[in-house]
Amino acid sequence: MSERSRIGVVFDKARADGRALLVGCMPAGFPTVEGSIAAMKTMIAAGVDVIELEIPYSDPVMDGPVIQRASGIALAGGVRTRDALRIVEEVAATGAPVAAMTYWNPIEQYGVDAFARDLAAAGGTGMVTPDLIPDEADEWLAASDAYGLDRTFLVAPSSTDERLAMTVAHCRGFVYATALMGVTGARAQISQAAPVLVSRVRAVTDLPVGVGLGVGTGAQAAAVAGYADAVIVGSALIRCLLDAPDQESGLSALRAVSAELAEGVRNPTP
Amino acid sequence: MSADALAAPAAQFPDAAGHFGRFGGRFVPEALVAALDELGAAHRAAMADEQFRAEFDALLRDYAGTPSLLYEAHRFSARAGARVLLKREDLNHTGAHKVRNVLGQALLTRRMGKKRVIAETGAGQHGVATATAAALFDLDCVVYMGQVDTERQALNVARMRMLGATVVPVTNGSRTLKDAMNEAMRDWVANVDDTHYLIGTAAGPDPFPRLVRDFVRGIGDEARAQCLELTGALPDAITACVGGGSNALGIFHAFTDDPQVRLYGFEAGGEGVATGRHAASITGGSAGVLHGTRTYVLQDADGQTQESHSISAGLDYPGVGPEHAWLHDTGRASYRPVTDAEAMAAFELLCRTEGIIPAIESAHALAGTLAVAGELAAELGRQPTIVVNLSGRGDKDVHTAGEYFGILDKE
Repeated sequence: MSERSRIGVVFDKARADGRALLVGCMPAGFPTVEGSIAAMKTMIAAGVDVIELEIPYSDPVMDGPVIQRASGIALAGGVRTRDALRIVEEVAATGAPVAAMTYWNPIEQYGVDAFARDLAAAGGTGMVTPDLIPDEADEWLAASDAYGLDRTFLVAPSSTDERLAMTVAHCRGFVYATALMGVTGARAQISQAAPVLVSRVRAVTDLPVGVGLGVGTGAQAAAVAGYADAVIVGSALIRCLLDAPDQESGLSALRAVSAELAEGVRNPTP
Repeated sequence: MSADALAAPAAQFPDAAGHFGRFGGRFVPEALVAALDELGAAHRAAMADEQFRAEFDALLRDYAGTPSLLYEAHRFSARAGARVLLKREDLNHTGAHKVRNVLGQALLTRRMGKKRVIAETGAGQHGVATATAAALFDLDCVVYMGQVDTERQALNVARMRMLGATVVPVTNGSRTLKDAMNEAMRDWVANVDDTHYLIGTAAGPDPFPRLVRDFVRGIGDEARAQCLELTGALPDAITACVGGGSNALGIFHAFTDDPQVRLYGFEAGGEGVATGRHAASITGGSAGVLHGTRTYVLQDADGQTQESHSISAGLDYPGVGPEHAWLHDTGRASYRPVTDAEAMAAFELLCRTEGIIPAIESAHALAGTLAVAGELAAELGRQPTIVVNLSGRGDKDVHTAGEYFGILDKE
């Protein structure tokens, strides 16, 4: 397996362009399997650089009300893990990197090695694992090495220096810095803890750092782009579809918010 | 599992990272790890601190009313065909074994300098116990409770409010205990600096399973000494109900190194495990990850948690503490389902033979006792002695039981 991850190349280019990447999160199968594919393609067309495809889970403890509702709708619609893999394949065909974001139990039930094999075959770049810490990740470490997938573990403002260094050492592709202590969801103000956390990560790695939790506007995206390599947005995008009366107006709102955020990451606030 | 691990005394488990064999551990957001480490260190230091232990013992004795009685239930024994000794945890303050856990964790909360506790509750028993300890220790208290449960347990909601707690109805997911637990975790991630999550059972990420076990293990320590004094011998079997499993672990632990003492955990079989409408995670579920730990879980093929069903709100949970999963795998304890109907028959029998109204949870242990008494007698060639953990009283269940038996006056 090569040392340089596929997503690393995309980060390199953005860095050369003096901008951050925009990572957009969307649950697989929300509002339907086809609807989620359309949503992700819309996001990419409007300037989202990387898709973080969340595999819906019945008990998403890191997620706020918006993603909970969207995941619930996807599950009620009958979406399966294998559908998520098909969505990865369709969306990755656009050329944009697609990473899976998933709670651990669905992967454990699918089979860790089998999921890694199928995710790689579908063209996925790796996994973001909100409730899997490296301490419990032996199987995933082996499977991700075997299939050349990225591993994005989360770091938090509460992580000790020792844990932060250990966690980052197990990451490949990029590191996910949770900007605040709390669950996902757009907030009026971005946490002051985020820049501090990013600089702590930079002290121990050259890997790109993405910042998530709370970003919802172009101005916020520009501010985060001033110190991070990627701005990760979920709830603000998903809300476009939740709030819309029909698919067409939902995709239209999604296009507009994606474009605003994309403009933000291309014009970092110094 | 290696033969060494099987032979090792249970007291050596979990390992340093909170694993009970292949179960347990920590499946949590990184944001919580520092708090779990802090809690684990505080728990270890407290257990080694004589002053802490003395204070805990004094609270249990002077406030909670322990040691609870071990009562020989003669008339129930005659019906069971066994010498049945009831560990009367129903007589504790707040009416269940749970007071032991909340007092221990409230002491730990104070030791860590935290001012706020949060809890999840199903039937409301753990919520009431937590609100009680919070009042006693002058802590802010928020209890998450599924909206379905706040409606069917309105009296307990009122109790919590009287004690000064804030009750938050949880309206997402299935609006029951598992969703209340999700919501408590979300609160904890956001407020971990000043808040302790006072979890209600021996489940969740390490160190919760071990610390809850340590706070409730007095049940078994007391029962062991009381049984020796009363009968001159150890019992042949211990029986307890298992939802999350704290009362069962609490009474099992003093006996895990006595191989002649059989340990039985009775899960909520609901309408029958074959119907799919049950809460028997060990007998009807499979290994998976839920609420921060690897254990037996009711789940579909994709790992989505399935809803549990039981007439007993306290057992109505789709997971189980990881130590039970391990005791099951090693064979040290046996787990069997008890249906709603079997539990309610035993409930009625205890009411009529002993004048004791048990919690419906505890009625599962009574029904299981009736089921295994004959097997044990046949195996031993004599009348067996069985200690039943009567983990709670039935006041909270009067409405449910009244409806079940059709004895409520019509409006």
